Amino acid sequence: MGLVFRGAAEAGLGAASAADRPGPPDAVPNPTPTPPAEGADPGSSRGPGMVLKAFFPTCCASADSGLLVGRWVPEQSSAVVLAVVHFPFIPVQVKELLAQVQQASQVGVTVLGTWCHRRQELEESLGHFLEGLGAIFSHKPWFQLCRERGSKSWSCKATHWRGPASPAASGEDQVMLIFYDQRKVLLSQLHPPMALPDRQAGDTTASAGGLAAVFDTVARSEALFQSDRFNEGPVRLSHWQSEGMEASILVELAKWAAGPVCLFLACLLSLISAASSCRVFKLWPLSFIWSKLSTCEQLRHRLEQLTLIFSTRKAKNPAQLMRKANMLVSVLLDVALGLTLLSWLHRKDLIGQLADALIPVADHVAEELQHLLQWLMGAPAGLKMNRALDQVLGRFFLYHIHLWISYIHLMSPFIERILWHVGLSACLGLTVALSILSDIIALLTFHIYCFYVYGARLYCLKIHGLSSLWRLFRGKKWNVLRQRVDSCSYDLDQLFIGTLLFTILVFLLPTTALYYLVFTLLRLLVVAVQGLIHLLVDLINSLPLYSLGLRLCRPYRLAAGVKFRVLEHETGRPLRLLMQINPLPYSRVVHTYRLPTCGCHPKHSWGSLCRKLFFGELIYPWRQRGNKQD
Amino acid sequence: MEDEQSFSDICGGRLALQRRFYSPSCLEFCLSCPRITLRSLTAVTCSVWLAAYGLFTLCENSMILSAAIFITLLGLLGYLHFVKIDHETLLIIDSLGIQMTSSYASGKESTTFIEMGQVNDVVINEAIYMQKVIYYLCILLKDPMEPHGISQVVPLFQSAKPRLDCLIEVYRSCQDILAHQKATSTSPEGGDKIISASNRRSHSGMGAYWHRQEDKSEQDHDPASRIGHCDYVQSFMHTR
Repeated sequence: MGLVFRGAAEAGLGAASAADRPGPPDAVPNPTPTPPAEGADPGSSRGPGMVLKAFFPTCCASADSGLLVGRWVPEQSSAVVLAVVHFPFIPVQVKELLAQVQQASQVGVTVLGTWCHRRQELEESLGHFLEGLGAIFSHKPWFQLCRERGSKSWSCKATHWRGPASPAASGEDQVMLIFYDQRKVLLSQLHPPMALPDRQAGDTTASAGGLAAVFDTVARSEALFQSDRFNEGPVRLSHWQSEGMEASILVELAKWAAGPVCLFLACLLSLISAASSCRVFKLWPLSFIWSKLSTCEQLRHRLEQLTLIFSTRKAKNPAQLMRKANMLVSVLLDVALGLTLLSWLHRKDLIGQLADALIPVADHVAEELQHLLQWLMGAPAGLKMNRALDQVLGRFFLYHIHLWISYIHLMSPFIERILWHVGLSACLGLTVALSILSDIIALLTFHIYCFYVYGARLYCLKIHGLSSLWRLFRGKKWNVLRQRVDSCSYDLDQLFIGTLLFTILVFLLPTTALYYLVFTLLRLLVVAVQGLIHLLVDLINSLPLYSLGLRLCRPYRLAAGVKFRVLEHETGRPLRLLMQINPLPYSRVVHTYRLPTCGCHPKHSWGSLCRKLFFGELIYPWRQRGNKQD
Repeated sequence: MEDEQSFSDICGGRLALQRRFYSPSCLEFCLSCPRITLRSLTAVTCSVWLAAYGLFTLCENSMILSAAIFITLLGLLGYLHFVKIDHETLLIIDSLGIQMTSSYASGKESTTFIEMGQVNDVVINEAIYMQKVIYYLCILLKDPMEPHGISQVVPLFQSAKPRLDCLIEVYRSCQDILAHQKATSTSPEGGDKIISASNRRSHSGMGAYWHRQEDKSEQDHDPASRIGHCDYVQSFMHTR
């Protein structure tokens, strides 16, 4: 079974004594004195009745007897058991393996104690043998976990060697066993709780205490889990992968293929981005148009995302990896939805129908606008307008509509071809198709936009004139130098003309205001429709589908914390707990892993919007100027 | 070791407090809320269906009746899964932390675990809730910046809302375990926390202000004098 080192146990730590008892086969006695093992940390002061915690992997609960290997965390008085080393072993080789793992993973892996999985009561010799191992791999405290085969009764002891002279004076501490699923803890990622709103988010790592250390230890000790039972190594380990490392052929093939594919796609994308940033497109009319169209913005955004996904640099931390994965899934979903849309359009030949219906719809809209203007030119809602101004404005807008209709009719032969090409762009993604739809709506309602601008400018002019003349009425003036209202003495003729103009403007106000109101409402309607489309595009762009899918299918990967369950307890036996992973709620998943969008959010509050409307200032709600939010 | 006692909540409903004593360092309290009664269920269903029938007589559209049945079923399922809490459990493990679990009527469980390193103290606070002044048990979390400051107040037993007698039971057991934990704690400030016969003034992030005077070194088991030792100044804070 192993080495019997009774002599060493009696002589205490550091004694150089050869093994006198014949041990079981395949055991080589170690004659050299063994130095104290790494990790024995006598720094923490311990009071009486202290409870130590031992984190034990569930996969090792049915393993054969052996040595416990893991890490001791003195600040939390807890031992994280990572694996079990089975008999027979050679202590030197075990120490070599642990030194290798320690170097590879920067985790202080040591021998923590012994594990005994037996059929009946403890034999005398075995007991002493196990204690004797404590002398070889000296560690403070030395854990002795024991389980009877086929039953649920466990027993744990943690002893401290007080000194070479009196091993009997060793203190014993209570041990609490916490079982954990090693594979799940290895793969999961802890998300610290959100910072409180009144605190800065800089110090959250200070509270990441004991359990984060456990997760960290297991995650970094991958080097220990590389050997399984099919490896012909000198030391036989038992851990979650000891039955054989699991891997997937598809994943391995994808990893192989990822390198050259990424390289190729990265070159292609860099060519495209170089072409799109060439000088021709920066000339004034083109750059102005590009900045106004939301399609270009969306295409640029997608190009950036694709460049990031296929860049040949590896992700530096898990958050970046998740972001890449989310972007990839988002792009793929987008393209899939776009292709679905395309196939649906072509199946029902909707493009042809759309092209045929477009001109009559545009005509119908123009007719409705004409009716509206006729209504305004009469007595709208019973209000009495100023006849002359009314006629002027009405005729002006009617002529505008007439021009617009002529342009639409000029373009009608090309509509179908244009629509067909636009429909083809849906294979770049549904978001691109939606952006193009939004742009088409903007182009088709351009006359409404023009009317809004005319009405708003006229109204704005009127309001400014009115406010300035109102100040004149009261004998005050706006001081541009000091940006305030000062009193001023006017001449009589200035006052006379000013009052006259003021009266004229006041009496013309209802007419202008009504035109302004009507066209602003129309414009807001169009903006609302465009806004809904942009909202949908934003949703597709920013939803972290990969993270949501991971939360649905592998909830242990995204951990908000842990939860404990007390297992069957008998008096006199140690307390046993099961530690499970508490997955992150969906709302926090979306909040943490949201992708950055184009930032097409209205920057006004409702109050400032109302103020702008009242004073006739132009509103640009969906301005996309590269405002990227992180 | 298990025992069960019956208490009442702030509205007069019956609550059952089950206490499980696993070891001197591990304790579990399970507070069962009053169940959903047949009377209230019947009342809600009847009112919804009467309203639907009233609409049906107005509109003559039979979709309304099927919609009413759907709404009732979905509403009941949603209520059982998202709103109605069956029992709340508090598990305290010395040197690990405090865990609160709410089990919903449909079996769903939502758990929060707070590590012992973050727990400053467990106290009973007063609050104004609608038109009543109620007591509630809460956990005070440490502030990473200030060693004796409070960063957050986590109320316990939010849906059961037991009265003070039940809270005192839970509070006493919690304090025993916390005192034991602080006595055996390895942190440098662990030692001077137990001899807190001094005043402790703490401010939580939500503006609650409490002032507690208690001599922890005296293990006084007489309930009356135990409360007499503590002065709780009112704190004006909404629990919900």
